[in-house]
Amino acid sequence: MLKLMFSNQLYLVLAQALVAAGAAGVVVLLAHKRGIHLESETLVAMLRGIIQIIAVGSVLLLLLRAPRWTSVFLLAAMIVAAGATSARRAKGMPGAFRVSAWSIAFGSGSVIAIMTWLGVIDTAITSLVPVGSMLITNAMNTNGLALNRFRSDVVAHVGEIETALALGADAKHSVAPYSQAAFESSLIPAIDSLRSLGIVWIPGLMAGMLLSGARPMYAAIYQFVVLAMIFAASGLTSLVSTLLIRDGIFTAAQQLSLQPGR
Amino acid sequence: MTRSPNSDPILRTEHLGRVVNEKILVEDVTFEVRTGEVLAIVGPSGAGKSSLLRLLNRLDEPTSGTVYLEGTDYRQIAPRELRRKLGMVNQRPFLFPGTVEQNLQFGPLQRGESLSKDSVEELLGRVGLQGYSSRNVANLSGGEAQRVSVARTLANSPLVLLLDEPTSALDQTSKLEVESTIQTIVRDQGLTCILVTHDTAQAARLAGCALVLESGRVVRNGPTNEVLHA
Repeated sequence: MLKLMFSNQLYLVLAQALVAAGAAGVVVLLAHKRGIHLESETLVAMLRGIIQIIAVGSVLLLLLRAPRWTSVFLLAAMIVAAGATSARRAKGMPGAFRVSAWSIAFGSGSVIAIMTWLGVIDTAITSLVPVGSMLITNAMNTNGLALNRFRSDVVAHVGEIETALALGADAKHSVAPYSQAAFESSLIPAIDSLRSLGIVWIPGLMAGMLLSGARPMYAAIYQFVVLAMIFAASGLTSLVSTLLIRDGIFTAAQQLSLQPGR
Repeated sequence: MTRSPNSDPILRTEHLGRVVNEKILVEDVTFEVRTGEVLAIVGPSGAGKSSLLRLLNRLDEPTSGTVYLEGTDYRQIAPRELRRKLGMVNQRPFLFPGTVEQNLQFGPLQRGESLSKDSVEELLGRVGLQGYSSRNVANLSGGEAQRVSVARTLANSPLVLLLDEPTSALDQTSKLEVESTIQTIVRDQGLTCILVTHDTAQAARLAGCALVLESGRVVRNGPTNEVLHA
């Protein structure tokens, strides 16, 4: 229907964005009726999202003619931003930004580097940056889930942890069950994405490739490639962050510094 | 183990204090405990009794003063070794999922050691739970769980046993069971013990000396009969 109303592509896409935002607005209204107030958070998130993606689109437009190595700086900036975003999920945990940034850099950076070297990811900016950003975003989400779960488990089990410490356990050993649970639970979305691929959902990348005329079989297999890389990057990120964050919640004298209400 | 109350203090605090966010939890606490002595720390809720015990075990860091264990400043002892020597039993037992024996093995395993079956049974005998080694801790009563917690701490062969309100979360029957266990350990086996309790009658039954805390400060210290009836 919108296509009949707008012949100009720019106006058409703006109208599509408004309609999609309207759908999100309906959810906010329904939530409001149940006493859940998402208005300001959703509005800010949507405004940020549209501004950021337009900015990235503009940067990509400029980078199309830039040397290939410039994508490294763009990906590095994304990793820093992802670290800051993800660290917010670990409220009150000392060193959350440092841990998040290093973990995402290691997890997504190593997968991007190896896969680019092997030729799985094309070195062209138009390929490296979008695929790289997908890995970084998913690593960020996984890291946020891991830190959030670890934090809530530790706060809920202070008694057990301090009992282990009082019995002579090493600080790392005392939180090992919670670190392991955080790692496992953080990977549930990545595992479920792989498991339901093609049955429950057709991811955006594949849809985009199909829309731009790629052969369906190539688009399908490349989508699996991307999801497998996402799993690898997310898994490495979560593994590193759940190892690094343990050190931050103990003092040098192996006292638990993360306590409820502190 | 024999009692030698006139020996040098096994544990001594000097002007021990802890302030958090300008709130005084413990202030200028100085006392000593000799080998074989049982010291009760009593006082109303919020007096700083548990905070003091946490400082002794170094689960929290003092902001002033220090603790000497066998004459050595406890900051010079590795925290894990210190905590093994100052065994702590909490108000709630916090048993780890698994069997009673697995809980008893926890402390020794941290040092790369393990208890023999006989040692496990001997420890369980000390708390009146012979034959319980293979039981799942999920099936224990409150009193049994607390006695397993005492045995688990004893498995580390501590020099001093720190008991933080060990019976306050229990019903009357379980409370008597656990108190009887503590009495056996501290009186018959001569283990040095610091007991935090708000129950002055319990303090009088178990301890030879008492220290009364109010607002984090020591207001009385001496033989239990004199201190509690002052």
